[in-house]
Amino acid sequence: MRITLRRHLPDIVQYSVLSLAAFLSVFPFIWMVIGATNTTSQIIRGKVTFGTALFDNIASFFAQVDVPLVFWNSVKIALVGTALTLLISSLAGYGFEMFRSKLRERVYTVILLTLMVPFAALMIPLFMLMGQAGLLNTHIAIMLPMIASAFIIFYFRQASKAFPTELRDAAKVDGLKEWQIFFYIYVPVMRSTYAAAFVIVFMLNWNNYLWPLIVLQSNDTKTITLVVSSLASAYSPEYGTVMIGTILATLPTLLVFFAMQRQFVQGMLGSVK
Amino acid sequence: MATTSRSSLKRYFDVNGWLFVAPAVALISLFMIYPIIRSLILSFYSGRGMMLKFSGSGNLVRLWNDPVFWKALENTVIFFIVQVPIMITMALILAAMLNNPKLRYSGLFRTMIFLPCVSSLVAYSILFKSMFSLDGVVNNTLLAMGIIGEPIGWLTDPFWAKVLIIIAITWRWTGYNMIFYLAALQNIDRSIYEAAKIDGVPSWGRFAFLTIPMLKPVILFTTITSTIGTLQLFDEVYNFTEGKGGPADSTLTLSLYIYNLTFRFMPSFGYAATVSYVIVLMVAVLSFLQFYAARERA
Repeated sequence: MRITLRRHLPDIVQYSVLSLAAFLSVFPFIWMVIGATNTTSQIIRGKVTFGTALFDNIASFFAQVDVPLVFWNSVKIALVGTALTLLISSLAGYGFEMFRSKLRERVYTVILLTLMVPFAALMIPLFMLMGQAGLLNTHIAIMLPMIASAFIIFYFRQASKAFPTELRDAAKVDGLKEWQIFFYIYVPVMRSTYAAAFVIVFMLNWNNYLWPLIVLQSNDTKTITLVVSSLASAYSPEYGTVMIGTILATLPTLLVFFAMQRQFVQGMLGSVK
Repeated sequence: MATTSRSSLKRYFDVNGWLFVAPAVALISLFMIYPIIRSLILSFYSGRGMMLKFSGSGNLVRLWNDPVFWKALENTVIFFIVQVPIMITMALILAAMLNNPKLRYSGLFRTMIFLPCVSSLVAYSILFKSMFSLDGVVNNTLLAMGIIGEPIGWLTDPFWAKVLIIIAITWRWTGYNMIFYLAALQNIDRSIYEAAKIDGVPSWGRFAFLTIPMLKPVILFTTITSTIGTLQLFDEVYNFTEGKGGPADSTLTLSLYIYNLTFRFMPSFGYAATVSYVIVLMVAVLSFLQFYAARERA
């Protein structure tokens, strides 16, 4: 008996710790779904069973929020922003890895250093810049500062080290121009790198909060995150309604993550090597 | 003949190299480098809104005598000092457990623990705020388990409000850091462990003297990114406290203070820029120290 316990104790501890961590990680999501079926007073009193208020909550949310418009704003910013980020940043990552020169390495170092600058230090000049350009309250202003991401450039440069140089040399012998090599050979070969970057950048864009909070003032440009946040920051928030909003604000990133989970983990693995 | 073609070839590729990086370099110059410099210049000006006047070190004097700034700095430092070590340790332990090849359902555990970092910062802040209300689900559970005698005022008590922020960030980011450790652990050659095992090194010894040293670069990376993240803390505090950083400024962070100085109170861009440079300096110094410390021990 004692011998079996001693042998199994590490297992028991391990499974208990992991189960507890997994439960605590997932509980807020369960809470969100349960909450969507309860009334505000039931949520505040901590009711953990399903209720009957789901359709009232949905109706109330749709009555307060122009859901299609707000959702479309978020989707548009996230998708267009992500596509541009992947294009511009992967071009740069490829460029920095394939054509090295002393000056270009210096530029690259400066780009990496900008990773350390917190957004708070940029937001006032950025806000003034967008004001001067007449871009306040536009979605372009939200996307522009996100497109050239030092982190994604770094990520693509690291990943490019695994791109076989023989492919590039062979293509050059076949007379392909450098941009043709990039679009016809590099992009297809690095598919899973792009997939992982897509997950990361899509999440960053979708969840972006502080910058849209500053730039987007009118109701018809706001994103779902902003709208849900303002519903929740009322003096006494209607949590039942708000829960529908949090589900809508979380669902797209969850779907993207689950759809591309395998490539995403591979991409993360690649970035550490 | 041969030399000309080679040198023209070289120039051709060099132009190409610049063309590939040009769009990114242009955007970063305009939206990162320029604002950083502009911010530095702004920090020497004061005034309301766009009516700015050169004031030399005026903002620094104001900073020195501003109790709200010191409170925000203190809070930010507390969040950083308490939260980052807790999270890094937990992430390491979880990653080491998940790396055990005999563990069953490891993929499921991994996905579940990683899930929080897929959620939106705003959405989870709202969820936590509702879970931690006075007679909410967390207090109810703790009461039922007999851990606490009376409900905790997570949102109304200055001490517990800080604890709530720390719990929230830990929930959101532990799985994210764990994935980096897991990736690094899977790159370690298993035979090193086998050899140590044969030599009679116990499992905690293998963890402390083999795993940790080999993970040092990744630990450094996650510590620096977590440091930068904590020093920038905004979304959570803003959504927990309706933008106030309450109760009694106990959760006011530097980023929230900068936001309030710029967009909530009478706009003072110059002073806000000065406060933002405090964060820049802290990130730079802390990253340097962490880098230095990691190199020392190598």
